[in-house]
Amino acid sequence: MSGLAVALSGLSVAHAGAARPALSGIDLAIAAGTRLAVIGESGSGKSTLALALAGLLPDDASVEGRLAWPGLGRAPLAGRDIGFVFQDAGASLNPVLRVGAQVAEVARVHLGLSRRDAAAHARALFRRVRLPDPEAAMRAFPHQLSGGQRQRVAIAAAIAARPRLLIADEPTSALDTIVQARIVSLLDALVREDGMTLVFVTHDIALASGFADRIAVLDGGRLAEEGPAAAVLSAPRASQTARLISGHIGLDTPPLVARAAP
Amino acid sequence: MSAPLLAAHGLSKTFVAGGRRAVALDGVSLSVAPGETLGLVGPSGCGKSTLARVLLRLTEPDEGRIDFAGAELSALKGERLRRMRPRIQMVFQDPLSAFNPRATVADAVGDPLRIHRLVPRRERPAAVAALLERVGLSAGLAGRPVHAVSGGQRQRVAIARALATRPEMIVLDEAVSALDVTVRGRILDLLVSLQRERGIACLFISHDLAVVRAVSHRIAVMDGGRIVEEGLARQVVAEPRSPTARALVAAVPRLAAGGGI
Amino acid sequence: MSVLARLARTPEGAAGLVLLALPVAAALAAPFLFPADPLAIAGPALAPPFSDAAFPLGTDRLGRDVLAGLVHGARASLMVGLAAAFVAVAFGALVGTIAGFSGGLADEALMRLTEAFQTVPGFLLALAFVSVAGGSLPVVVAAIALGAWTGPARLARAEVLSIRGRDYVAAARVAGMRATEIALREVLPNALPPVLALSSVIVANAVLVEAALSFLGLGDPNLITWGSMIAEGRTMLRSAPHLSIVPGLGLVVTVLGVHLLSEGLAEALATRRARA
Repeated sequence: MSGLAVALSGLSVAHAGAARPALSGIDLAIAAGTRLAVIGESGSGKSTLALALAGLLPDDASVEGRLAWPGLGRAPLAGRDIGFVFQDAGASLNPVLRVGAQVAEVARVHLGLSRRDAAAHARALFRRVRLPDPEAAMRAFPHQLSGGQRQRVAIAAAIAARPRLLIADEPTSALDTIVQARIVSLLDALVREDGMTLVFVTHDIALASGFADRIAVLDGGRLAEEGPAAAVLSAPRASQTARLISGHIGLDTPPLVARAAP
Repeated sequence: MSAPLLAAHGLSKTFVAGGRRAVALDGVSLSVAPGETLGLVGPSGCGKSTLARVLLRLTEPDEGRIDFAGAELSALKGERLRRMRPRIQMVFQDPLSAFNPRATVADAVGDPLRIHRLVPRRERPAAVAALLERVGLSAGLAGRPVHAVSGGQRQRVAIARALATRPEMIVLDEAVSALDVTVRGRILDLLVSLQRERGIACLFISHDLAVVRAVSHRIAVMDGGRIVEEGLARQVVAEPRSPTARALVAAVPRLAAGGGI
Repeated sequence: MSVLARLARTPEGAAGLVLLALPVAAALAAPFLFPADPLAIAGPALAPPFSDAAFPLGTDRLGRDVLAGLVHGARASLMVGLAAAFVAVAFGALVGTIAGFSGGLADEALMRLTEAFQTVPGFLLALAFVSVAGGSLPVVVAAIALGAWTGPARLARAEVLSIRGRDYVAAARVAGMRATEIALREVLPNALPPVLALSSVIVANAVLVEAALSFLGLGDPNLITWGSMIAEGRTMLRSAPHLSIVPGLGLVVTVLGVHLLSEGLAEALATRRARA
């Protein structure tokens, strides 16, 4: 559980035709077993960072700097060593294949299981991600599931090959708050059980504060600050972190309108 | 409480697509007083967006009646409906898709003024500039395509467009959900100050109870096409009675400086 | 950046523009380069190409100048192709737009009519129409359009239906915009560009159908076209292959150019949408 999962040094990413780089000079070490929340606003480069870690950047992106995987000793394989959960589960699942077959396929390719074993593996995964009716879900097409159920299927597919690193890129921002809370607690439980390293990308610092060990704040493609969650939240060093914290609206935030009806 | 500005009675709507029936609204009644903000909160698919579209007469309900400012809004047709439109406006969730891809900021904000002949053509640029400044935008933005400005600016343009006709009521459907938190706070401040200044009534729709609570006088909780709970904002948050309201309260992320659950 | 500038920047678009420059220049310059009737006998019969400076591409078996035929043929091909595509797109877009806006029974009726036309191959339809109505230029144009309007009609209807459901149309209704203004200002300007992008494919197809019709002797007899030149050369394919190859190359360059141009156009429009 000790040691580094991945170390980034001087990572810069520029997309072709973009005015400024999506990421510039990111130095970041992620220890194995950490739950790291990457927080930033739109355009901060947080999704680019997630894609860069997973090796999923588009071909036209120019990358500088280094990604080292000391625990692995080789370049990681997306899908095998790294699981990835996208924001829009509907778009990451194939609409014309039954979801059970899609999850089983990952296990078959990466774990070398037989068709029958892969199906059993998928069924077990569907129980782990707490799909309400795993048997029915195996045979369902993506459009027959709700948004939250689709995201559970996407998580099952992401962890099917037993990756050491799970990256979730805004996995709940397309969902309502009730489903969001459930998906976050599911991810938290899965990562604890398997001792996975988790990189959780979000714009919501309060959501991250609930379960992250460490928090990294991105601002305009630069790493504004990174540190233990408690320290970052109680004594933010970067002004952007302070802005994110003060922008949070909770049930204890003073209301903006007078309490009584006019 | 004064006489309601907007009152809906028994609104029902069922969508039929490909042989499947989906009940979006199941006997919804609600009322909003002049100058009041009613927050409408509920999980996705609870019917809140359908309710917004029905109240704006964009979707026809199967049953029910809407009264607005002393007229039966649900019975108005053609020219009479069109003349009622300036008085109740809407701000959409996705500020990108809510504007014609070809429109400039001046088109978007000036269209309502032109359509209802509120401001003569020659005075329109000044009126547009005044509206833009009121929502915190530079008047120099007028000539820019709406699609070329930032997301936060675009939602301000949407608010300026809704304000242009000096409405008595604005329906905001997830109007801040797509915005960054730092932008969201400023937009909410703007909405509240506009309401105070002009006495506009609002129906503020969101799935996020904390945001709804921050801007609403009263809150209605919706689930499965029905209003399952309604009360003063403080009450609904402090003592939720329905399972949906309790789940919504529990789901609000808390900023925990300690870290870890 | 305008669509045209982006078009020239895509490799397909640039190649298409270069290829099309040849037939377009030929078509425009034809009356100045070869003021005489290209169907008139100009010299000795069956002169091989590159043998006589007066007839660089040789002559056919009646002694007509092949180069003059090629250049005037470009005029006929492009004219018929463009005219047929214009008629097809204009008519199709009109039908599709009406269907998309009216909905209900009118939509059903128009779409069944469109499908009825779609089930008959376009070339067969053109063939039948020309054999009944005779081979004059307007008839050929109408015949080709008859088989080509269904694509634009279906696309226009689908675009109108999709745009009618967008938030910005709802916003226009909330703003109190009248239905006709919504149609003309909000829906049509955004629904038509993809339909217009389709028109370049229709031009390429129309050029080919026109060539096929004249090859079968069903074109306008007073017009020299590449199809009719190939038909005439066909009997002497072994002894004088240039009579068929030269107009054939003209067709290849034109159709390829139009196709590349439409690819580039689709790409240029796609980048504009992605940026929007």
